[in-house]
Amino acid sequence: MSGVVIIGAGHAGSQLAVSLRAEGYDKAITLVDASDALPYHKPPLSKTFLKDPAAQPQPLRAALAYEAAGVERVTGCISAIDPAARTVTLDGRALAYDALVLATGARNRMLPGLEGLANVHSLRDLADAERLRDALAGARAVTVIGGGFIGLETAAALAGMGKAVTVLEAAPRVLARVAAPETSARVQDSLAALGVSLRLGWAGQGYRIEGDRVVAVVGKGGEVPCDVVLVGIGAVADTALARAAGIACNSGILTDGNLRTSAPQVWAIGDVAETPHWQAGGAALRIESVQNATDQARHLARHLTGHEDKPFRIVPWFWSDIGALKLQIAGLAGGADRRIVRDEEGRLAVFHLTGDRLVAVETLNSPADHMMARQLLDAERTPPDSVMQAGAAAMKAWMVGA
Amino acid sequence: MPTIVFLEPDGTRREVLAQAGESLMTAATRANVAGIVGECGGSAMCATCHCYTVSGDLPAPDALEAETIEFVAQNTTAQSRLTCQIVATDAIDGVVMQVAPQ
Repeated sequence: MSGVVIIGAGHAGSQLAVSLRAEGYDKAITLVDASDALPYHKPPLSKTFLKDPAAQPQPLRAALAYEAAGVERVTGCISAIDPAARTVTLDGRALAYDALVLATGARNRMLPGLEGLANVHSLRDLADAERLRDALAGARAVTVIGGGFIGLETAAALAGMGKAVTVLEAAPRVLARVAAPETSARVQDSLAALGVSLRLGWAGQGYRIEGDRVVAVVGKGGEVPCDVVLVGIGAVADTALARAAGIACNSGILTDGNLRTSAPQVWAIGDVAETPHWQAGGAALRIESVQNATDQARHLARHLTGHEDKPFRIVPWFWSDIGALKLQIAGLAGGADRRIVRDEEGRLAVFHLTGDRLVAVETLNSPADHMMARQLLDAERTPPDSVMQAGAAAMKAWMVGA
Repeated sequence: MPTIVFLEPDGTRREVLAQAGESLMTAATRANVAGIVGECGGSAMCATCHCYTVSGDLPAPDALEAETIEFVAQNTTAQSRLTCQIVATDAIDGVVMQVAPQ
């Protein structure tokens, strides 16, 4: 039957399946995933899903949407790709494709010494979230290793449930790799107000393990006892299938500007794709975000149906809900050498510039600034410092009038 | 279980039963209401659940929702809402929402 075979039904794969049909693709679309769950939103898994024992995963779209688009959802494991034969091996049998799209996502890193322990968790998919939620029912002390987005979102949610939460972070501040010091400081204050204990500059020395459980995390500063440990130290792209098939990979699956891999008729999208980025001077980047996944999917749907020849070019944006703080980031701050900070009661905006060029904007509880940032970055325009200092309304006026 | 009426962009009237406590966006996407995408999952980030209130009394938008509508949504009016920020309750049973053009 051939057509398009999509491996992975996360945000990217699900979006591609329905977008292909919406763009007029008229052959078979097969969406393969190891899980039989209706594809769901991942961000709520670290927040609302944990708080409510009865919460169900929130579907990305109704089952009807796939049926209406003629998308065949298949539950199963792909064990191999044969680019020469244009087939994949699905549960032991060959499945032919005209085009193959790898949307295999990423896997969480785990700390050596904690693998396989009964009360050690990570959080990426529904199975992870269900396992963590079950464990939380009888837990009081929760230790989060890693002060990144997943760790902090979860810490805030769990503190709100009355858990005694400790966050261990090796860097001197949370979100050190992804946010400005001003943003980190605000987030730290907010977490502290929720009762989260932050141990920054944490120098880990090991774990106290009894049976199949870790009962304390040990560091230079002493021991942190724990009923449950959540490890949130980042993820690695799931490139195993691609590598085994001889498809070129770096940290992710390498693609060109239209998401094409080194193998004929094979593309990659979402967390797993390492793609030349217009904001990084064409350097290949792997971006883990819902927006990147869905926008790459829509781009590829247009490209495969002949509606788009230009390379993928979208301002990257991202959000993280940490307790009552909405952190929003537009653009890429890497390489920035200057920043402008507008620090107001209840909100924050940080503008990152490389020389005279605006490259990224971080905001806390300031959606107007975020939305203006996306428009400015897309237009590759930089207002005068005084306009950015003045606020979103001034930026909007400048953009329309200047 | 309040009933929410969505008027789809092509004029089709859809009556959707919402569960108390969920957002109108969640109820609409489950029912596959045309034009409501809810891409960000309900975080007031994408404005792909933009509707206009046609009839019914809804709690006013908070600052986050109002700002997002003002700065991101297309074709906004004084009746614009992000349905991901409206919680379904019996008090809003029968409200009518027109799905905004994207």
